[in-house]
Amino acid sequence: MTNKLIMLSFVMAVIFGACKNGTNSGNSSQSAVDMVAEGEPQVLEVTGAPKVPAPVGDRGPKKWIVNLETTEMEGVIADSISYTFWTFNNTVPGSFIRVRVGDEVTLNLKNAANSVLPHNIDLHAVTGPGGGAAATTAAPGKEASFTFKAINPGLYVYHCAAPPVPMHIGNGMYGLILVEPAGGLPKVDREYYIMQGDFYTKASAAKKGLLEFDNDKAVAENPDYVLFNGKKGSLLGANMIEAKVGETVRLFVGNGGPNLTSSFHVIGEIFDNVYLEGGSQVSHNIQTTMIPAGGAAIVEFKCEVPGEFVLVDHSLSRAFNKGALGKLKVTGDANPKVFKANGATTKE
Amino acid sequence: MMKVLNWLKILLLVILVSCNKQNNELAINANNHSKSNSNTIHRISSDVKMVYIPGGEYKPFYGSDSVLTKVVPFLLDERAVTNEEFLAFVKANPQWRKSNVKRIYADSTYLRDWLSDTELPKNAKPDAPVCFVSWFAAKAYAQTVGKRLPTLDEWEFVAMADEVSPNARTKPEYSNNITSLYLQKDRQFNSVKQSKPNYWGVYNVFDLIWEWTDDFNSVLTTNDSRTGQYEDKNLFCAGSATSSTDVLNYAAFMRFALRTSVKANYTIANLGFRCAKDTTIIKK
Repeated sequence: MTNKLIMLSFVMAVIFGACKNGTNSGNSSQSAVDMVAEGEPQVLEVTGAPKVPAPVGDRGPKKWIVNLETTEMEGVIADSISYTFWTFNNTVPGSFIRVRVGDEVTLNLKNAANSVLPHNIDLHAVTGPGGGAAATTAAPGKEASFTFKAINPGLYVYHCAAPPVPMHIGNGMYGLILVEPAGGLPKVDREYYIMQGDFYTKASAAKKGLLEFDNDKAVAENPDYVLFNGKKGSLLGANMIEAKVGETVRLFVGNGGPNLTSSFHVIGEIFDNVYLEGGSQVSHNIQTTMIPAGGAAIVEFKCEVPGEFVLVDHSLSRAFNKGALGKLKVTGDANPKVFKANGATTKE
Repeated sequence: MMKVLNWLKILLLVILVSCNKQNNELAINANNHSKSNSNTIHRISSDVKMVYIPGGEYKPFYGSDSVLTKVVPFLLDERAVTNEEFLAFVKANPQWRKSNVKRIYADSTYLRDWLSDTELPKNAKPDAPVCFVSWFAAKAYAQTVGKRLPTLDEWEFVAMADEVSPNARTKPEYSNNITSLYLQKDRQFNSVKQSKPNYWGVYNVFDLIWEWTDDFNSVLTTNDSRTGQYEDKNLFCAGSATSSTDVLNYAAFMRFALRTSVKANYTIANLGFRCAKDTTIIKK
């Protein structure tokens, strides 16, 4: 009897322990809430694609000020064709924001004085109403601000959420914010920022050669362009991203949408690691990873051989016909153990 | 011991009396203040043509399909208030000059580009719509010309028209054409009445500026366009699709987004106004 009781209590203890562990692993954000962000707030350095700010490394939680400006501007969408983009900090995608878990971020959103419309920002990295959208709505020429604590690590999309939201996103109002875990992501040799978006266009009545948003095509989810970094050829020719043989590359890939899910693939590479959907789950040996509209993924691979490696949305009509195409140029010595072209093998 | 208590009593009494006195002085100051300021409105004349709008029942942009709102007949300025008209207003009403206006009535960008209290911005067209004016200033102007600001329902009722019909909302090109206009910058610098009037004979409903309405904040949308809940006092919230009667009317979404982003003392580069007036005439 006593033995049975001891056994029972032992089993109970094990179960209890397991439960407790379960709760802990699912609720790591609680400890982040209690982390103390040190010092006076400093202005955080942000970057335009394909550049990424420096890693957080092993620094502790800090206070930051992030300044973003919403603008409405003409820019080149393809070849010599212009489009009326709406942006964060005059680029599509908007500036890359890089912080760590426990950081306290004050986001100042300024809407340019010559904007026609109000804008705001919803950061998927924010825990709070609208991701900050209501708190940051700024009329033309006005500013709005809110402060949040980054409590969940991961790669997150931010975007404008002012009505009509598909139009604000369709015009390019999105970007990425990376929340690194304590101690930072593992070190790699190269990091790049890539964001896909679908664009729905028609000729502007006001100006020849200018394209503007087409509502009907957007509702039908039938884009004219599917682009990396807001412009056809943004990662081609002189703008190719680069690496050397033997280096590890990390791509922060987001998808602004507004509508399409990306089948992100690099031709001739296999992703050694994929942080699925930008979260903490790492999968290995992945050929193509799905990136939903309003989602992101971190992909990593080692460059084993030289060549030009083509980045595509493997829903291939988008790559072949609509612009979803970029290139990574890898330079260095060939490695015949990994890849050797044998040429024509037909006997003469 | 008793002595100390007595002293304390006296001290308290003195403090109380002096407080009262101060309050009285404050009250007197407040009275003087209001006399010298907003109570003295000097009328000015306005020769802008007003258009008769017969009103009727209409489906508001926010609400449910089955609830119609009644708009009674009213008169509406055929065009927006212009720079030169507003100049005449501030000349006659010094409390609305740039250097005199109180921040609670107009923020720091009020009449931003005016060269002085009584000089229009360099290169500004006298007959372009006045912008960088607050709701308070617009309301005061309307009062000086014996009018008022249109209500949101009145404004949106008129905005349903295109050039040939009083209600063009079901035409696919109606919203798309307006959205295209809204994409263009710096339209506010153009003169009024350079484009065709709408069905009612009202000019520049969409192509120059955003316009203040008397109850611009009555449809309290949240600024997050995706939530579909109702907020305070059963006012509809959200530029959200779920509480809109016409989810394809992107132009209306944009107008309501602008209205929810402003406060009554805001002054903005492309935000002006036109006036309205009650009427007892009922035409068929």
